[in-house]
Amino acid sequence: MADRGTDGGAAVTVELRGVRKSFDGVIALDDISMTIADGEFLALLGPSGSGKTTLLRALAGLEFVDTGDIVVAGRSMAEVPARQRGVGFVFQHYALFRHMTVARNVAFGLEVAPRGRRLPAKEIRKRVQALLDLMEIGDLGGRYPEQISGGQRQRVALARALAIEPSLLLLDEPFGALDAKVRKTLRVWLRQMHDRLGLTSIFVTHDQAEAMEMADRIAVMQAGKVVQVNTPQRLIAEPANAFVREFLNEGRPTEQSIG
Amino acid sequence: MRAAVLPAAVRETRTTRLALIWLTLGLLGLFLLLPLVVVFTEALARGFAPVAAALTEPDTVAAIQLTLLVAAVSVPLNTVCGMAAAWCIGRFRFRGRSLLITLIELPFSVSPVISGLVWVLLFGANGWFGPVLDRLGLRIIFAVPGLILATVLVTFPFVARTLIPLMQQQGSAEEEAAITLGAGFWQMFWRITLPNVRWGLLYGVLLCNARAMGEFGAVAVVSGHVRGQTMTMPLQVEALFNDYDWIGAFTIAGLLSLLALLTLAVKAVLEWRIGERTGALL
Repeated sequence: MADRGTDGGAAVTVELRGVRKSFDGVIALDDISMTIADGEFLALLGPSGSGKTTLLRALAGLEFVDTGDIVVAGRSMAEVPARQRGVGFVFQHYALFRHMTVARNVAFGLEVAPRGRRLPAKEIRKRVQALLDLMEIGDLGGRYPEQISGGQRQRVALARALAIEPSLLLLDEPFGALDAKVRKTLRVWLRQMHDRLGLTSIFVTHDQAEAMEMADRIAVMQAGKVVQVNTPQRLIAEPANAFVREFLNEGRPTEQSIG
Repeated sequence: MRAAVLPAAVRETRTTRLALIWLTLGLLGLFLLLPLVVVFTEALARGFAPVAAALTEPDTVAAIQLTLLVAAVSVPLNTVCGMAAAWCIGRFRFRGRSLLITLIELPFSVSPVISGLVWVLLFGANGWFGPVLDRLGLRIIFAVPGLILATVLVTFPFVARTLIPLMQQQGSAEEEAAITLGAGFWQMFWRITLPNVRWGLLYGVLLCNARAMGEFGAVAVVSGHVRGQTMTMPLQVEALFNDYDWIGAFTIAGLLSLLALLTLAVKAVLEWRIGERTGALL
């Protein structure tokens, strides 16, 4: 299924095997199987209610799957609770801790680490500052979330998720709450960050243009199923069905940037 | 100025407006302020010496101690249980959830006398468990445990009721974020859940405490009125009043009123803090 395999030798990081999930009889995930390669930037694209956020939450361990398995780096996640998965998660509305400063937010994952693995306070401070600098918000450490802009909150959320050094980064509608202009800059910036840090990233979006512009591959979802997974170009060239073609065409006008 | 743009039907004359304002102020003064003034003037009618004497009277001291004991047990208990209930209701969808909400609010809609009576019916000499308790030599009704049970039941809704809407409004995203960052349940609770509701919680605890110390009806039913043993402050007020001990009665009443005023003051400060926080979040 993986079309990206042309560069060869990339270790498989995330594997979904027949994942199913329903809420009170309503099917949210319907037999999803796919493989996401190491270093890949994958978009989960679909209309609201298609199950993309549920799939992301299942990957993070925030939802239990009914049947099927999620395998990360060769290890089944079935028995691994969310807190031990070491997955970076950026929430739709950032979910920053409102009563903590930006620096404390970013430090959180380091401060709650088990005693044996916890860094000394001085080391944590240094790491936090380095992350804030990396996100280009180095001078905001002392502010509270309500005192900074939406785009800055987004960067704090990302810094906080990256603090625990995840190899898998999950982003739920990361640009949903931002205005168009900020969104544009952050897209480019986030993609660069992904390449630079050597992460495997999966992000949820309902915006076709966003998926086209940022992702290596796009998984198009509809009613709890993954209808098609492929590179943006191949999806345009060979849509699996009318739904994929129509859904992608809505995003055509702003799609020049993928070249 | 503004009245000019209103339709004639809602326009009032200056006299009507003033009359309404004075009527409101008058009623407020008559029903709220005057009783408060009466309590303190009656208590201090013959100066401070009788008040001091009344306060050191052994039965009164016992009543104050008992009230503090009852509050010291029921307030923490209701804080923990209320917090747990609010968290479950705010975070999870489960069968019987709305029934639980209704049950939590029940003590508000039921007369306090009933809240006392149920314990008599359960644990009294002729109650369901009365004979069993009698054989074991345990006393609940007409003793301190009964007072605590009645107070717990009456004051249960305060903490839960304050926290449920607050937790629902805040949602669980921050808690989930904490979990994905590696926090365990208690790390999440102490670092995220509790700080996020701290002002609301304090507010609920305060109201709970005010009611726990001031409750009369439920406590009167289970007390048995043994002076110096099962009399809380409100019951002691009534007893002294019936003895024509005006100074004594009004002294304790004054003490309870001071507690109410203190509660009001702290509540006002908290409301201002909560308002400021939520206002800033919008």
